[in-house]
Order: sequence, then C-alpha cells, then structure tokens
Amino acid sequence: MSTPYENHEYDVLIIGAGGAGLRAAIEAKQRGLKVGIVTKSLLGKAHTVMAEGGMAAAMGNVYPEDNWMVHFRDTMRGGKYLNNYRMAELHAKEAPDRVWELEQWGALFDRTKEGKILQRDFGGHRYARLAHVGDRTGLELIRTLQQKVVSMGIDVFMECKVLKLVHDESGRVAGCVGYWRANGEFVTFAAKAVILATGGAGKSWKFTSNSWEGTGDGHAMALWAGAQLIDMECIQFHPTGMVWPLSVRGLLVTEGVRGDGGVLRNSNGERFMFNYVADMFRAETADSEDEADKWYDDHSAGRRPPELLPRDEVARAINSEVKAGRGSPHGGVFLDIASRRSPEFIRRRLPSMYHQFMELAGVDITSEPMEIGPTCHYIMGGVKVDAETEATLAPGLFAAGEVAGGMHGANRLGGNSLSDLIVFGRRAGMGAADYIESGQAATSLDEGEVEAAVKEALAPFDRPNGENPYDIQRDLQEMMQANVGIIRTQSELEFAATELDKFTERVKNVTVKGGRAYNPGWNLTTDLPAMITVCKCVTKGATLRKESRGGHTREDYPKADPDFAKFNFAHSSKGGNWDSPIETVESPLLAMPDELKALLEEEH
Amino acid sequence: MADVTMRIWRGDANGGDFETFTLPQNEGEVVLDVIHRIQATEAPDLACRWNCKAGKCGSCSAEINGKPRLMCMTRMDTLPEGEVTVTPMKTFPIIRDLVTDVSFNYIQAQKVPALLPPPMPERGYVMFQEDVERGQEFRKCIECFMCQDVCHVIRDHEENKEHYSGPRFFIRYAELEMHPLDTNDRRHLLREEMGLGYCNITKCCTEVCPEHIHITDNAIIPLKERVVDAAYDPVAWLGRKIRRKHNRTAEEAAVQPAP
Repeated sequence: MSTPYENHEYDVLIIGAGGAGLRAAIEAKQRGLKVGIVTKSLLGKAHTVMAEGGMAAAMGNVYPEDNWMVHFRDTMRGGKYLNNYRMAELHAKEAPDRVWELEQWGALFDRTKEGKILQRDFGGHRYARLAHVGDRTGLELIRTLQQKVVSMGIDVFMECKVLKLVHDESGRVAGCVGYWRANGEFVTFAAKAVILATGGAGKSWKFTSNSWEGTGDGHAMALWAGAQLIDMECIQFHPTGMVWPLSVRGLLVTEGVRGDGGVLRNSNGERFMFNYVADMFRAETADSEDEADKWYDDHSAGRRPPELLPRDEVARAINSEVKAGRGSPHGGVFLDIASRRSPEFIRRRLPSMYHQFMELAGVDITSEPMEIGPTCHYIMGGVKVDAETEATLAPGLFAAGEVAGGMHGANRLGGNSLSDLIVFGRRAGMGAADYIESGQAATSLDEGEVEAAVKEALAPFDRPNGENPYDIQRDLQEMMQANVGIIRTQSELEFAATELDKFTERVKNVTVKGGRAYNPGWNLTTDLPAMITVCKCVTKGATLRKESRGGHTREDYPKADPDFAKFNFAHSSKGGNWDSPIETVESPLLAMPDELKALLEEEH
Repeated sequence: MADVTMRIWRGDANGGDFETFTLPQNEGEVVLDVIHRIQATEAPDLACRWNCKAGKCGSCSAEINGKPRLMCMTRMDTLPEGEVTVTPMKTFPIIRDLVTDVSFNYIQAQKVPALLPPPMPERGYVMFQEDVERGQEFRKCIECFMCQDVCHVIRDHEENKEHYSGPRFFIRYAELEMHPLDTNDRRHLLREEMGLGYCNITKCCTEVCPEHIHITDNAIIPLKERVVDAAYDPVAWLGRKIRRKHNRTAEEAAVQPAP
C-alpha cells in the first residue's frame, strides 16, 4: 500500500460503534485478533442510545411460561413471515444469554421482587419480555458495551467518516477509505475482514426519529462493494412520534407508554384501536376495554389490549383516524397515560418521556395526553447475510444490526432491535474471526479504488456555482415523505423513481462552501450518494411488491398476497459506482423445517 | 413572530471571533434548530456537533449566554429577549466553531478499572432494586461533559488535567464502588491518581447536569468519605484486617479485568 494517506492495519475492522459494532468488536478481540472500530461520531453517541423501551429476551423472569419458541413465533408473526427464519430462531434462542452477559460487564437492569431482571410488555410480544432500565435501555446497552470495549483496549477511531469500501486484487473486501472530520485529511484502513454495523437510513424522510447519522451509508457501501440488499421496501413507521412543536416532529415516544398502560384516543375520546384488529390477531386481542384493562395486571385474566398490536398495525390505524378527520389539533392522535396511571408511576417508569414533553412541548404527561403520530423509525431491509456468520455476498464483508436484513421480515417488533444487536453483533465477530482463521483473508487495498473515492469526495470543492447540499437533502426528504411514505401507490412510486434520477443529477452538481476541517456541509455532500442509493432501492422494492405486508402498505393493493410471501426482492449494483444501475431479482426465502412451522401454527 | 439574533463564536485553535446571524423565529424551536437553519442557508460550514436532538446522546453541549447547556434541549422562548450568544465549551481545546476536542474525557475513561464481578450463576445474578438504584442514578449520565466543562479544577487550571478525573468520572467510580457485584477497591487509586481531593464541593457540576444527577451529594461526598476511611481511619484499618475485602493499592486496583 503506497497511497499518500495515513493508513492503519487490522485483522478485523468494524465500521460503526453502536450496539452491533461494539458487540462484534468484543467477540473478535476475545478471539485474539487485532480489532479497530471506526465511527463517524464520538464513542457512545450512536443511535443505539435513543432506544428506550428495552431488549426482548425470553428469560421467563416475569412469566415462566415464556420461552424461545414463543419468542420465535411472535417475531415471525410480527414480521408477516418475510423473515429469514433461521435468524429469528437464533435470535430467540440466544438473546437471554446475551442479556445476562451484559450484567457481567456492568449493566444494571430494573429488577423483579426476587432480584431477577424485570421484563416489560411490548407490542406483539405474547409475554412481558423486555429487559429494561426505565425508558433509557439503549443508553444502558451502549454504555455497558462501550465500557467493556475500552477496558479491553480496543482501538476506536472517532469522528472518521468512511466513504467507500475497498477491495483487494482478487475482489475481496480489504478495508475502506474515509476522512477525519476534524481536519478533513483522508485515511485508509486495511483489514483482513470488515464488519458493517452502520445502522439505519431514516434520515431520507422528513418526519423521522433518526439522527443525522441515519443516512444508510452502510447499506449503500455494501451494495457498491458487491453485496445484495433485501426487503428495502419494508420501512417501519413507529406509531408514536411527537407531532408538536414542528421542530421536534418525529421524535420518538417509547412504546413503553402503551406497555405500561397508555391508550390511544381520537378527537372524540374513543379508544379507536378496537376498530382496527386484523383477523390474524383477533383471537389473541381483547374485544372490550374492560377485558383489555384486566390484562395489564394478569395476562390470564383477559386478552391483550389492541394498543399493543405490532407497530405496523397501530401506525396504519393512526393514519386512518387522522385521515377520517378524527385527529388531534396538530395532526396526530392522543396517547393518554395521565388518566390511567398515577403521576408517581409515570415519572418512575417513563422519566425521559416526562422530561422530553415537559421541556420541548410544555406538556405534563402526568396530567394531560400526548399528541403523537407515525414517524419513520427503522428499516427492516438491509444487507443480505448468512444467518450463522453474518457473511454478506461480498467476500470479506460481514454485516450486523440495522444495516443487515432478514431478521425482522416485513415488520420489526419493539424490543427485538437491541437484542438483534447483541445476538448478531457477536455472531458477526465470530464469523469474521472464522473467515480469517480459514486463511481467506484479503491482502492489500486497491489503490485505484482509494484514489477514485478521494477524487469523488473532493469534487464538490471545484464547483463554486453548484447547488447547496442542504437544499438537495430537504427536497429529497420531502419527496420521499410524500411519495414513499407510510401508504404507497403505483403512480406516486413511479413519480418518485423519476425524481430520484433527477436527484442523482443534482448531486453531481453539488458544491461545498468553506474548507475541509469539520465542515458539516461537505460531510453532507458525502452522505447524499448513499441516501439516494438507498431511496432508489426502497422505491424499487415498493413498486415491485404489489401487496401490503408489514411496513410496506399499498393503497392500490391493500391485502397481503401469499405469492409475495415466498421471496424477498434483492438488489445489486451493476458497476459499483453510486450512480450505477440497480438490478433487482426475486430471492426465495429459506425453507423452514416442519418443527418450526408447527410452532407458527399453534393457536395462542 | 419576531426575528432572533444569534451571536456565534467562529474560529479554530488559531483564534476567531463572533459572527452575528439574524433570522425569523419559529414557534417551539430550540437553539439547535436555529443553528441548523443557519447551516442550511447562510453558513453550511458552521461546525457544531449533534446527534439525537432529544437530550439523550449528550453531543451538542455548548455555552449559551455563558452557561453550559444542551443546544437541543434549550427552547429559544425560555431565553431572555435580545441576542443569544453561543460559544464552545471553554475547558476543552477548540477544533472549529462550536466543536471542541473532548478527548480528555476518553483518556480518563481508559483509566477506569472496569467492574470486577464474581462468576455469574446460571440464569443470572440476583440483585435487588434498592441495591441497583444507587448505580442507576449515575448510569443516567449521557456524557455531555458539561460537568467537566464547568469544574474549576480543570476549567481554570489546564495543568490539573493530567491528574484529575473530573465529576463525570467520579460518578463512574462511585457507581463501581457502590455496585452490588463489584469486588475491586478503587479508593487508593481515587486519592493517589484520580485527584478526588482536588474537588472542593462547589456543586457547579450538579447544577449543570441535564440528567439532574446529584453528582456532589450522592457520588463525590460519599467517595471522599470512603477514601478518608481507607487512608486515615485506624478503626476502619483494623476492621479491614479482619474482614475479607482486600484494601487494594492504587496499582493493584488499576488492573483491568480479564477479557
């Protein structure tokens, strides 16, 4: 390697320092490998900190009848059977051990009276299953993993933006090229194996719970490097985001509010969710308020409240109520816990929500209802991986966490994300270590690829009369919100596809004002190609999937179609450049063994 | 609504000056919203660090009208009328504009000897809510580093940074020392290497904490008491001779647990 840039060499390089990346690093380090982590933010600030309600693991601490088989069933039903069943199975089996392990590293979960880890109810989970710390579970997870990583002496490169993955001569993924935010200088990382743990892509929608980081860089880089993306049309719109003030619209309100007794009401004060129970969930859902209210204290005294249906069901119901003119003053509906639980209970169980509404909206949630509405929250789709090893179709590249696809199918259950991070983060670390030990590791970085990425990143400085990147980002967010949002139709999707071609041309004329040192405008110009690539895959998948399933709802095809339950749409890049054409094929689902099929059919 | 005028410090390690921006005010906005609007229009290269915009990640700390605040949790309509001044945190070196080099904190984090628990029984440890609650208060910390920014021991004395952990890490040490499972003893380490004695309990850290952690009362003062016990109290010394818990030297305590 003889490029003029600073270079670092590792056995395993991990891109992303959220829950999945940190857990992968711990595993690879325990295997005796030299491990480096690159993150575009500071350590401990990744989007994992925003997870609130908890992590799902069938430990059976509150309901001893809970076990991995019920968790597997809930996950598959929640995902509308589009899941990689093997991932859902491994996740359900391994999550409890991963949660217990966190306590050895210093995590302090809320406890049951017997001193075990307390578990809370969430949508789509049959039993109270979420290990949690009040409503700041993500912070607990990331801090625990961060402190473990630091105590193990793993190298962490902070505020370093990765631009592209780089191959070796044989076509294996061999590292990456990026730049330091602080001074704008380029840097390369050469590695025997690379793990992507870059999180989500929700920043391409206007109303989103995602931070600036959720630009889908990992999704796009994997596609450009030769991997496939699946299920990209499956986007989770979380039912409860803040709607007012406008500046915080989209900010997450934890599902824990509903798990702890909160209910949804329309402008007539009606608990409207009783009118939106799909046939699939009718047998297990209460049909009166009285029955639902008994359930909170004793799950055998009544069936589940409809407020705790999976997120896709609740988000669509809220959307319909607002459309029918029964919304709240600022275009949402009401989430009411004040009339149902004591102020002390609310402040103890939901302290962040209490402060969030008090400080940002001037609303006291212990005495008045919250106004909420759906917000773009999570992408179920992602890099296609092998369930056991998290290997992608690009040799040497592994992926875990939100950037990976398959685990959640068409819709993710709340609480299954944090457990996904630790189960598959660990497996990615193992997969990368096995790959290296089998002697297939990459050798050196292709200098031509490095130079091309650097040239592309610097090009906007040479276009003094080009377009402001913030204008492109804002227009993209508005276009995606309007045309590829929670409810979709053929004409709007076709319009979005032509608009995305126009955005591609606009990005080629983007400019940067100022220098290279800590310049957010420049950083945004390096995000835009990834955002547009991801939006193209989402739009293409949504156009082709002519049915409604989970996080993908078509106004013109409102029902699920069994023929579409047999495959994922898989995208790959023809050329590897950010503006190369994207090819999409039907990729059959893994065949499920009969004993697992039987679990899905059991009447619960 | 009326216009807002923002006076924002811009520059780098070589110096800088205030730049003033005037723009229309929108209902319900926080300081970070206004900074974002300035970036999107007049100054795309205005450097500021942020992530969650929900008070959960602790990235957007700055000094607003001279006081350390999270920009994402400071509503414009709660500030006094007139110009709003935004400057970077003073205690840390400037990178650019509102972004500072907070690596001091990450160096301190590396020095903390992690939890040293006994082997875990099958199906997890047993701990009770009242025992974990003390540590949970400290684990609310979002690492905004405003307590470090406001602590005079390092704000006014650069030379102290070498041997002073600061309030953020005193709550981390307190959490470990009060952890129901921990078997290490970091008291001599705190006194000899981490500068616990430099803190003179002015409670500035507690006042700025956005998570309302009682840093001084619940962490620093109890730690000081434990350290005094460990170092100077003859009765406690005798007690330790008899009890099982080993009184570890700073050097012994500093060892990280096996991976």
